[in-house]
Amino acid sequence: MSFGVLEGVRKEFLRPGRSVPLAAIEEASFAFEKGELVSLLGPSGCGKTTLLRIIAGLIAKTGGSVRIRGEEVDAPHPDFGFVFQTPNLMPWRNVLENVLFPMEILRRSDGAAKRRALALLEMTGLAEFELARPHQLSGGMQQRVALCRALVHEPALLLMDEPFGALDELTRMEMNDLLLDIRARTQATVVFVTHSIAEAVYLSDQVLVFSRRPARIVEQIRVSLPYPRSAATRYSGAFTALEHRASRALGVLREPAHAT
Amino acid sequence: MRPDRAAGERWKRVVYPPLGIALALALWHWICVQFSLSTTVLPKPGLVLAAALERRDLIAAEFWVTLKETVYGFGLALALGVPIAVAITASKTLNLMFSPILIALQSVPKVALAPILLVWLGTGIESKLAIAWLVAFFPIVVDTAAGLQSTPRELLELARSLRASRWQVFSKVQFPAALPYIVTGSKVAVTLAVIGAVIGEFVGSSEGLGYLLLTATSQIDSPLAFAALFALAALGILAYLAVVAAERLLEPWLPPAADRRD
Ligand SMILES: Nc1ncnc2c1ncn2[C@@H]1O[C@H](COP(=O)(O)OP(=O)(O)OP(=O)(O)O)[C@@H](O)[C@H]1O
Ligand SMILES: [Mg+2]
Repeated sequence: MSFGVLEGVRKEFLRPGRSVPLAAIEEASFAFEKGELVSLLGPSGCGKTTLLRIIAGLIAKTGGSVRIRGEEVDAPHPDFGFVFQTPNLMPWRNVLENVLFPMEILRRSDGAAKRRALALLEMTGLAEFELARPHQLSGGMQQRVALCRALVHEPALLLMDEPFGALDELTRMEMNDLLLDIRARTQATVVFVTHSIAEAVYLSDQVLVFSRRPARIVEQIRVSLPYPRSAATRYSGAFTALEHRASRALGVLREPAHAT
Repeated sequence: MRPDRAAGERWKRVVYPPLGIALALALWHWICVQFSLSTTVLPKPGLVLAAALERRDLIAAEFWVTLKETVYGFGLALALGVPIAVAITASKTLNLMFSPILIALQSVPKVALAPILLVWLGTGIESKLAIAWLVAFFPIVVDTAAGLQSTPRELLELARSLRASRWQVFSKVQFPAALPYIVTGSKVAVTLAVIGAVIGEFVGSSEGLGYLLLTATSQIDSPLAFAALFALAALGILAYLAVVAAERLLEPWLPPAADRRD
């Protein structure tokens, strides 16, 4: 039994003043194992965020089922961690207080929580910034704080919605390595939304390519490049071939790729 | 900025405002003399100052009355406005039921209500307080509601995914996010509260700076009327500065100035 199983997930949004609802997700079925990193890759507006919200139990699905560890998800679950496209830190809290926010809500904000938060900040290279306010940090640093906040309550599943989409290329690659490093240490299972082909291939065990809205899975790509991955991985033939496969599935690359 | 330039700036900041005031007073005096204006029309600044010093006990007493009306009215507006804004943003039903009434009430010229309130509440402090409250109330409700609704959706989802209680969401996310808006609303509201109190005194009262202004003019005591006017301005500035001081105290909980609306 897989850690996460989606079967025939469908989502329609009712539109005020229109009789026909908007079909956001036509059908999504896939499974992932514990400790896997799965990327949802698809064009803008195809329904990736919507699917992530459904997996999180934040919005209701129109049909199908989502099971995490065998349990149907139909309400928010505190065992999930979230990273959004923008850091969404609270400007009135310092870095450490931001990271501890989930622990406060869960009423577990004790000494152990603080130690864990500090350890996460250390791991993400923010050791000296725990008392800084968010506006004193760069965008990349803010997103690292958001990552710490998502991990502080040791969630079984980490849901990330284009977390590095707003960062420059260099910072994004650094964050990719950081995420892989953290995943190796925490054994977290990750569902990662992106519309960057390279990012999806670089990070994932499994890439699911979605069509335009209404979203359907058009290709399921197993990435068996060994971890730890590094900059060298990006230039390997196998990597490029996987990128080509994903590009073709997305429809951005029409002619067949040269076999290398 | 180089330190010597900064020092230069500071020097200018200390010297120029009083210089401006002195120039304005000189111009005022010059106009009085040049056009030989009678004291009734425009008293010379020296006469206003003399009146202010001579009647300082009276002015202080009336200042105190108007200050009380303003502070109580504003305090009541804050005490009622914030919870009402919370209620209409938290409940869709309440919002649908009461937003139209609030909007309709907001567009009533509050000054027009002054005579009615006077009939209801008499010429004591209650009617002034009610008018000050009424004019201060709406900016606080509107800004607080806007602030509560400005909470990023993602933060609310984060809280919801952790199964936060409604109280946790409110106290840890929505309210702190709305605080800068409440401060902005308060700045507007407190200035309006002064105006509200004075309008109340104009319409019917036996004390307060507005009343003093009115009686002084009717007795053709222009220097005293002007002194009362300056006292009113001082009151308005004082009330505004009090809110700014509160904002300073809240500094740790507010986003950096660059992100703020005002
Ligand atoms: N609450 C909602 N009500 C109505 N329609 C919605 C709602 N949320 C999303 N949609 C619609 O569903 C579709 C998918 O939106 P979604 O945000 O999931 O896209 P996305 O793949 O995450 O896009 P992007 O990459 O740009 O973030 C869009 O057409 C959007 O308009
Ligand atoms: Mg999205």
